[in-house]
Order: sequence, then C-alpha cells, then structure tokens
Amino acid sequence: MKYKSQKVAYWFFALSMALFVLQLIYGFIMGFAHAGFDGLHEFIPFNTAKAVHLNLLVVWLLSGFMGAAYYIIPEEAQIELYSVKLAYVQLISLAVVAVAAIIGFHFNIWEGRKFLEIPRGLDYLVVVNVLLFLYIILMTLYKGKRRTTTALVLTMGLFFAALLYLPGMIPFDSQVTDSFFRWWVVHLWVEGVWELIMGGILSFLLIKLTGVDREVIEKWLYVIVGLTFLSGVLGTGHHYYYIGVNKIWLIVGGIFSALEPLAFLAMALFAVNMYRKGEKKHPNKLALYWTLGAAIVSFVGAGLLGFAHTLPQTNLYTHGTLVTAMHAHLAFWGAYAMIVLAIISYSLPNMTGRKLYDSSRGRMAFWFSNIGMVGMTIAFGVAGVAQVYLERIMKIEFMEVQKMVEVHFYILIICATLFTTGIILYIIDFVKHGRPTDEALEVHS
Amino acid sequence: MLSKKQARAFFLGGTLVTFLIFIGLTIFSLSKDVDQTNHENITEAVVRGKNLWDSNNCMGCHTLLGEGGYYAPELTKVIDRLNVKYNGSGEQVIKSILMSPVPWQPNGRKMVAYGFSNEEAEDLIAFFDWIDDIDLNGFGEVVGVDKSISPIARERMNNQ
Repeated sequence: MKYKSQKVAYWFFALSMALFVLQLIYGFIMGFAHAGFDGLHEFIPFNTAKAVHLNLLVVWLLSGFMGAAYYIIPEEAQIELYSVKLAYVQLISLAVVAVAAIIGFHFNIWEGRKFLEIPRGLDYLVVVNVLLFLYIILMTLYKGKRRTTTALVLTMGLFFAALLYLPGMIPFDSQVTDSFFRWWVVHLWVEGVWELIMGGILSFLLIKLTGVDREVIEKWLYVIVGLTFLSGVLGTGHHYYYIGVNKIWLIVGGIFSALEPLAFLAMALFAVNMYRKGEKKHPNKLALYWTLGAAIVSFVGAGLLGFAHTLPQTNLYTHGTLVTAMHAHLAFWGAYAMIVLAIISYSLPNMTGRKLYDSSRGRMAFWFSNIGMVGMTIAFGVAGVAQVYLERIMKIEFMEVQKMVEVHFYILIICATLFTTGIILYIIDFVKHGRPTDEALEVHS
Repeated sequence: MLSKKQARAFFLGGTLVTFLIFIGLTIFSLSKDVDQTNHENITEAVVRGKNLWDSNNCMGCHTLLGEGGYYAPELTKVIDRLNVKYNGSGEQVIKSILMSPVPWQPNGRKMVAYGFSNEEAEDLIAFFDWIDDIDLNGFGEVVGVDKSISPIARERMNNQ
C-alpha cells in the first residue's frame, strides 16, 4: 500500500463479502424451492428470493469494483484519494440503499423488471451515490501526477456503467420497449462496460504480479476492450431475437454475439501469456490463482457457454429456460466475482500488513468454490437441456417437466454447499487478515 | 507489430462505429413501419395489466416473452394453451387463479395468493391477450399450441 487513503477499499470489500454471503443464503432458498422444498414460501416467496439474489449480486460486485477503484486509482495516479470522508459517506449510503431495497422486496415494494427490481425512489439515490463515487475518482485522477491507461479504462468502465443505468429508469407502456431498454442496462453492463472494469483490474493485477512492462500490458488491454465493444454492443441483439422486434436482430445479434467469445479468449490468452512472460514471481500466489482463474473461467462461462445458446436457431428453443441460468452462473462467477476476489486477495495483505500468502485455507477456498460452481453449472445445464427437450420439443407441460428435473436440483444443492464452503474459507481468510492499518505503509516500503 | 497508439485507435474507432450502428438499428426497429407489437392495441386496460405485472414482480417466477424467473410457466400464449386444455375456458381459469385467496399450487409448487379483484384480473388478462398477438419471430409457435404436437404429449394430455 502506497497511500493511506487506499485503506478505504477494505470497507467496500468487507461490505462486498457480507452481501455475498447473504446472496448465497437466498440462492439456497431458491435451490430448495426448485427441489420441491418451499417451506419459506409464506415469508420469502420465490420472486422475493430471486430479486434479492440478483440485486445482491449486482450490489456486492459494484461494491467490489468501487473498492478496487479506491485501491487502484491512487496508486496509478500517484496521489491520495480526493476525499476519504466522502468515500465513507458513499460507502454508507450504498449499504443503506442496498439494505432498504432488500427489505422492500420482502414487502412487495419493487419494480418487476429482472435485475432492475430496485423501486424508482431508490433508483434516484443510486444515481446520487454513483455520481458521488465518480466525483471522488475523477477528482483524484484530475489532481493526480500521471494518467495511466489502466486507470482510464477502469474509470471509463465505471463512468459508462453509471450512464447506462439511466435507460432502465425510463417508463414505457409497452412490455416490448420496456424489455428492449432493460437490456441496454443489463447487457451493456455485463457484456460491455463491466468488461472494461474487469480489464482495468486485470491489467493492474498483471502489472503488479508478473512484472511485465506496463506498456505491453496496456497495449493488449486496448485490444481486448476493443474486441469487447466490437462484439458486445451489437451482440445485444441476442436478447432481441424473440421479444417482438424486427428480424434484423436475428442476423446482427447472431453474428456479433458469436464473436463475443473472442474478447474472453483474448483475455484468457493475455493473462496466461503475461504470466509466462513475467520474470517477477510475486509471492502472493493466491492473488495469482484468482487473477488467472478469472481470465480462464470467464472464457468458459461467458464465452463458450454463452456461445452454446446464442445462435438464433438454438436460442429459439433455449430462450427462457434453465439453460440461461447455466450460462449466467459460470459467467458472473468467472468474469466478475473472481476478479473481485482477485483484487481483494492482492490488496488485503498490502492494506493490513499481514502477508498470509499461499495459505492452504486460501487454496482450498479457490478450489472448493470453483469445483462447486462448475458442478452447479453442470446441474443447471442438464436440467436446462432436459427442460428444452421435454417442454419445447415434446410439448409436456411446464410443471410436469419441473417435477422431472427436480433431481438435478439435489445435485445443485450439493455442489452449492461445496461452493459455499469455499467462500466461507475465503471469508475466514479475509477476517484473519485483520483491519487495515497505516503501519502497512512502512511494511510495504 | 501493433503499437499502443494503433491499439487505442482500434478500441475507440471500433466502439464508435458499432455504437452508431447500434443506435441506428434501435431507431429502425422501434419505428412504426416495422412494428410487430400491434402498438395501437395497447389499451388502458393493457397498461394497467402491465403495471400489475411489474408492481407484483410476476417476472420473479414466471417468464414472459421468454424473460423472467424460470420457476413458473411461460405466460406468452397462456390463454391459447389453457383454452385447449380447458375446452375454451382459458380466461376463466386464469381469472380464478389470479383471484384465489389461497395459494394455487400445481404439482405442489406454490404461487403467491394475490387475491386480485375482478377488474385487476381482467386487466392482467387484457395484458396477456395483447402479448399473445405480438409477432415473436417464431417463439410464439414454440411456446404456443403447436398443431404438430408430439403423440406422447397428446397421450399425456388425454390421460389427464
């Protein structure tokens, strides 16, 4: 840690971890409900659990991205954060908005729009919160001694993520138009600007962990984010195939979303190559595990599994089935959850001064969570493919099919238990690091 | 060998071009000339139905236009499907589910008992009815009542 103000990142990461655990609890409620055990229906019906599960995912990842920015930007700009006090105000308001939204979901206070369930009143608070965050980051960059590509790409990602939240707030009478612009937020976040954030964090970590020249890493960063937008923006079309808009999206969406894996493939090759090229062997092996893991698993989850059902002729049958849940779980895990866990693993020893590198608990956390998530993905995949065949081809009724695929949710719950064990081990490691301290500055230097 | 400057030009140029095409296609596909949604048929009842759909987060369990929770049935073409199953009484069945004071639970999976009023239930049916007439580029046939229904599925339906 080079600047005292970087410590604020710790508390964003702590919030991330707390919300992540809560997200998993609601995931279990949904898994059990799918397996036929919905004992909590009276208090937490499925749509409540689903809204909480999705929104907590978004908020804990955003909190992780913000923490990453508060850690990375001072180091890249070579200056203390513009205002630590404001950063704490932003942290508290983020936590308050998240908790208020989640409580509201239990009392039928929401907008029934997947991923954007936060009610309109709280939407405005989200906007204010994100504006405050951007103000702190942009002022730090403005006053900074240098402006690196890594910092700019990360900031651009966060800035456009904020901007793209706005189309989701426009009210429409037509379900089709509503859905059309909902994807401007959701798709252009996860298959667009969030990849900039991921790329920025990945670039920072590779510079620190491999020792490869910044110029080389940042050049390839431009190529990767270039590929991301080249394929991802028009790739939005894969959400428009069957929602009631023109057939032109079948062609445009089909071609460009088929190219989307290229960006993830480039990211995986980039990370692995930089690691091989690097002469510096950083002792923080766990951070390296998570960094390379994020690049590789995101290629499999987001790239390959996305491709598996993105072509219009396949998607005609898989659209709106558990096949989507299969892809979504490994994609979010690989691309975004793992990169947040990577930056935490890298920065935590630097902020606390406790260099718990390469602990067996840390390695178990990595492998348990990854093996568990791959198992969950397979369970969702088998259930999804069976659902497509039985419901869409054989025309057996939805609920009968759900009964038939129930067994796969037992497997899902077992794998989710392994996954959760990994995450608990990760959090134990997090807690064992203790609190951030100014003394860590000296330790590092 | 590619320089950093060229890589930046590729990123900025590619992003700008694809984004402009994206905006152009958005304007095209939402224009009146290529409307597939029968936009003129969106009545006040349909809008009220959509608001009920949103404010109760029905999408959290059901799917509509293939989007939603994957926990409860797809509701695109639901009226057609239930008409076939219940000899033309599809709307009545939907109404009774929506107005039920106790949870509807087909095959043991419970739905929230919303206990909607008669007017609210009719608004939601108007909304589903409007959805059913949208041209979904073939998806409507996949989730709808298929005339070429498989013999196994037909046998199952007859046995019920």
